Amino acid sequence: MVKLIINGQKVSVPEGTTIMEAAKKVGIHIPHLCFLKEINEIGACRVCLVEVEGMERLVTACNTECREGMKVITNSPRVRKTRRVNMELILSDHDTNCASCVRSGNCTLQSIANDMGIMVIPYEENTAEKNRWDNRLPIVRDASKCIKCMRCIQICEKVQGLSVWDLKGTGHRTSVGVRDNLDIQKVGCALCGQCITHCPVGALRTRDDRDVLNDALADPEKIVIAQIAPAVRTAWGEQIGLNDEASTTGKLVCALKKIGIDYVFDTNYTADLTIMEEGSEFLHRLAHKEDYQWPMFTSCCPGWLRFVKTQYPEFVKNLSTAKSPQQMFGALSKTYIAQKLGVDPSKVFSVSIMPCLAKKYERAVPQVNDSGKGNDVDLVLTTRELDRFIRCDSIKPEDLTDMPFDTIFGEGSGAAVIFGTTGGVMEAALRSAYFLVAGKNPEPDAFKNVRGIRGWKEETFNLKGTKLRVAVVNGLGNTRELMEAIKKKEVEYDFVEVMACPGGCVGGGGQPFRDGEEMAEIRGEKLYDLDKANHIRFSHENPSVKLTYEEYLGEPLSKTSHHLLHTDLENWDIEMVLEDT
Amino acid sequence: MNRLFIKSQDIVQKTVEGLHKDLERRIIASPPGQCPVDLTASFLRLCHSQSCGKCAPCRVGLGQLQLIIDDILDTDKEPRMEDIKLLEKTATAISVSADCAIGAEAAKMVLRGIQGYRDDFESHIKDHTCTPTIRNNDQPVPCVAMCPAGVDVPGYIALLRAGRYDDAVKLIRKDNPFPTVCALICEHPCENKCRRTLVDAPINIRGLKRYAVDNCGSVPVPEKMDNTGKKIAVIGGGPSGLSAAYFLSIMGHQVTIFEKRSQLGGMLRYGIPNYRLPRERLQWDIDAILSTGVECKLDCDISSPEAIAEIKEKYDAIYISIGSHNAKGIGIPGEYSKGVIPAVEMLRGIGDDAMPDFAGKSVVVIGGGNVAMDVARTAKRLGASEVSIVYRRRKDDMTALPNEIEGAIAEGCSLLELKAPSRIENDKYGRVKALWVKPQIAGQADNSGRPKPVDSSEAEEKIPCDIIISAIGQATDIQFFEDYGIPVFRGNIKAEANSVVDSSNGTYAGGDCVTGPSTVINAIAAGKVAAANIDAYLGFNHEIEANVDIPLPGISDHIPSGRIEMKERYAKQRGSDFDEIEYGMTHEEALREASRCLRCDYHGFGSFRGGRNDKW
Repeated sequence: MVKLIINGQKVSVPEGTTIMEAAKKVGIHIPHLCFLKEINEIGACRVCLVEVEGMERLVTACNTECREGMKVITNSPRVRKTRRVNMELILSDHDTNCASCVRSGNCTLQSIANDMGIMVIPYEENTAEKNRWDNRLPIVRDASKCIKCMRCIQICEKVQGLSVWDLKGTGHRTSVGVRDNLDIQKVGCALCGQCITHCPVGALRTRDDRDVLNDALADPEKIVIAQIAPAVRTAWGEQIGLNDEASTTGKLVCALKKIGIDYVFDTNYTADLTIMEEGSEFLHRLAHKEDYQWPMFTSCCPGWLRFVKTQYPEFVKNLSTAKSPQQMFGALSKTYIAQKLGVDPSKVFSVSIMPCLAKKYERAVPQVNDSGKGNDVDLVLTTRELDRFIRCDSIKPEDLTDMPFDTIFGEGSGAAVIFGTTGGVMEAALRSAYFLVAGKNPEPDAFKNVRGIRGWKEETFNLKGTKLRVAVVNGLGNTRELMEAIKKKEVEYDFVEVMACPGGCVGGGGQPFRDGEEMAEIRGEKLYDLDKANHIRFSHENPSVKLTYEEYLGEPLSKTSHHLLHTDLENWDIEMVLEDT
Repeated sequence: MNRLFIKSQDIVQKTVEGLHKDLERRIIASPPGQCPVDLTASFLRLCHSQSCGKCAPCRVGLGQLQLIIDDILDTDKEPRMEDIKLLEKTATAISVSADCAIGAEAAKMVLRGIQGYRDDFESHIKDHTCTPTIRNNDQPVPCVAMCPAGVDVPGYIALLRAGRYDDAVKLIRKDNPFPTVCALICEHPCENKCRRTLVDAPINIRGLKRYAVDNCGSVPVPEKMDNTGKKIAVIGGGPSGLSAAYFLSIMGHQVTIFEKRSQLGGMLRYGIPNYRLPRERLQWDIDAILSTGVECKLDCDISSPEAIAEIKEKYDAIYISIGSHNAKGIGIPGEYSKGVIPAVEMLRGIGDDAMPDFAGKSVVVIGGGNVAMDVARTAKRLGASEVSIVYRRRKDDMTALPNEIEGAIAEGCSLLELKAPSRIENDKYGRVKALWVKPQIAGQADNSGRPKPVDSSEAEEKIPCDIIISAIGQATDIQFFEDYGIPVFRGNIKAEANSVVDSSNGTYAGGDCVTGPSTVINAIAAGKVAAANIDAYLGFNHEIEANVDIPLPGISDHIPSGRIEMKERYAKQRGSDFDEIEYGMTHEEALREASRCLRCDYHGFGSFRGGRNDKW
């Protein structure tokens, strides 16, 4: 243990503890901007400065280790003055038109500036880089807001293993750009959006497509049908003043109704359908083992699809051909659902609320549309865009009451809701696969070993005499490790679930910002609670799914299923479609 | 009234002079990875501030050059390719029309820039930023970047401060199996851009390394990895061959060194005198290398078609590292007289303990490199009554390290600058009687930037002497290899930057025999590169690591303080024996010097882009 004194308080901490951590232990908060635990500990912003007695130079609390006998002062006049100058310098290199910034109110730079009470910046605004980004891309970079904290570079390299971003320029022109001056379309960006959710300011954001929904709502001819992804319900309340318990799915339905959506359905319905199709496909492949490349991979995460298509194209064949729940819903919204609702399919406007920006890419892939009525999904809004829509309409938390989903496509099982977290798709698939093989249900929690936040999990299950080796990965850095191990034949699996974002969709790139906090695990717990509370725990028991097969599809892998619910991923364009919004 | 005054500097001038000194040091220690276009704009601004303002090309022109470059750099502007032409045209006009050097030389720097890095100008115009290579050249830690072998300098300095000398040696060996040799005789390019230079002066890195090797115990080499069953032949047991052998052996390959002479070490033994590198210190490194299980065949000349064919057949890969041991001719009348000795031959003999007797002889050494200093100082130790070093350029133009030149002078060698040897006079037995030299004057700068010596109108001079030692460079013995089909380029073996000679059959080469005579650390680096690539060629990816935890830095103010220099035995005392002349640092000195290290592995760019390669 190391003993030191911080602001007169005696502190004892394990060796290797930073000054920032030690200070936190005794309730002293040191402001910090670029710091991101274990990912970006580079002391670049020089805001977390503290004074160490006897030293002329100030030191950064985020990456300086405590030493025995050290006397640290976190609030001396010199510290205050220097931190403030550094903040003012950063602000002079930043477009401070906060009122029109997407991060206003949830911006680390803004909140530190406000806390310091900076009212006048004594320096001339001198943003070195002109914005030359094409704002029609799903991911948008605003150069004038970048504070060069390097978090985006680090998260993409260290966690996602893609290195899309890199430093460019030198001296005062140093900035962040796509690696090697390349076009973002050419560097295998997965569109996971982790750089966005880890940006402390408004330099990286998602293209805002709210106006598209607004136009659809304004069109009296259009019937607007919404679907809500499982992960959205774990986080949507965070930015609109609803605490965890209060932000129920029912209130989310209510908010969408207030916005003016005609029918609010649940992506869980098609998640259950995905399990039926993908589970049946897996059992089919298992029965014809030699006809297929192994292992079979899940295909519901478009970030993962982009990753495998650009990094490991030889494995595209291994992907399940089943579409993602979003795209199944889209295809059915303009066929069977429209038919059930008794509306003209060509008038259906299908909007999907997702925790993800890669979903914006997926819905725009030309090869994914099979309903014959334009794009199967007309619009994807992220959780953050939905929140903005709610706030824009001045819908207050107290205005919201619990409302049920519209019948009958708001029905989803507990197996479907866990799709939003790592391991969820695998567990849901195994529950139904067991039923299909054994003819009876397993214990609902029989496959819970695949749960948890760990980056790479593996399990072996006995499926009525057949030994199944499964793996679950989340985060593309972990995924790359797994793919390399599979390539080198160091590991062998039958079925692998991949989610591009750390922790799965709950930690998705379209989820609300929580600077310095990793929310995936907590949000994932909420999904398991919803699963447990659901009276239906198996996808094959979802009555709407049963009805869909009875009335429309016939059976899993039927001709209609193949036409509407499966897709040829090898054919998919990788190019992101540029969209004017 | 007073008509004249003594010139004195006021406080402003004094301060400016001081800042000029700071700036000089700053430029010396410029980090790699700087945008050359931005640099051009910056120094133009400085040049322009020096303009007296009298003449238009300088007063106005330098400003216009700046504006054009600023526009090219400005990310808000839309510069055009024609801007480069305008820049070129304007700079050319200034360079030929400015009245004094302030304007003309500034414009020439711009022109040199356009020639040297036109791509970067174009990249700023096209992509509004530097070429990716500029940023890719970023090197977080200057000393590591400058060391050809990439030795982890801040790491071992930190270990030394912590008293962990064995770990320091282990860490050095991760990249360089010659810690002792380099501690004693490395030219220490690591110090050239040491960031401490910005504060006061570079860290004495070699001196600190020496302290580590002077104080470590017997440090065992890493355990050999699993046997791969692959056999590698290393031809030539000098620093490059031994380095390659060391790493390849640790990687689990079976390595055999074929050495022509009776002992290992190459130029370290047969080129560098004992007083700079005592044999037992050299042997310590060699013993460590051999302890990895390297096999040696001494007195083994492979220059016969049968021998090389046998090697080709028995081994999976070959590393040629034969060095550059042939003497170059002087090319003047009388050069084959008795008493004319090539330096390499003399030093080679001494390496095997054959000491020539120079007692009472008058010796002339021709040359200005480190070898010339070595033989001059050796001749003095061998009893020569007089040693003169004859050089056709100036002392400042000598390629020998300044302290080697100073050492030779201190030990009583005299330096005769600007004397070009013209002929050697014999007595009737064909023995050297005198060296005739033609006095030179320093002329225009040549390609190397050094003034070219040209004949002066003064008469030839006679330097009476008994022995002439020629130290004017070495050549590589390429004849046999060339006949055998190994590609040759300008008198050396032709190998790529990855050491490959022929990728189809696993032939690699490196060290002096590829580069021509160079430094030991370059030879070691070539061995390391070859080891990595031979390993890959054989289908493996063995990683060399040290497994040593590096202490985190403490915190420090950068208060300017003196660099600790190495001390030597008094010239009079040391000049007549072959014992080592340099003293290592004391404990106090070493700790003091180590505390000056700024730990660039942890601060600055190092904290972002990784200040350490734990393995390669």
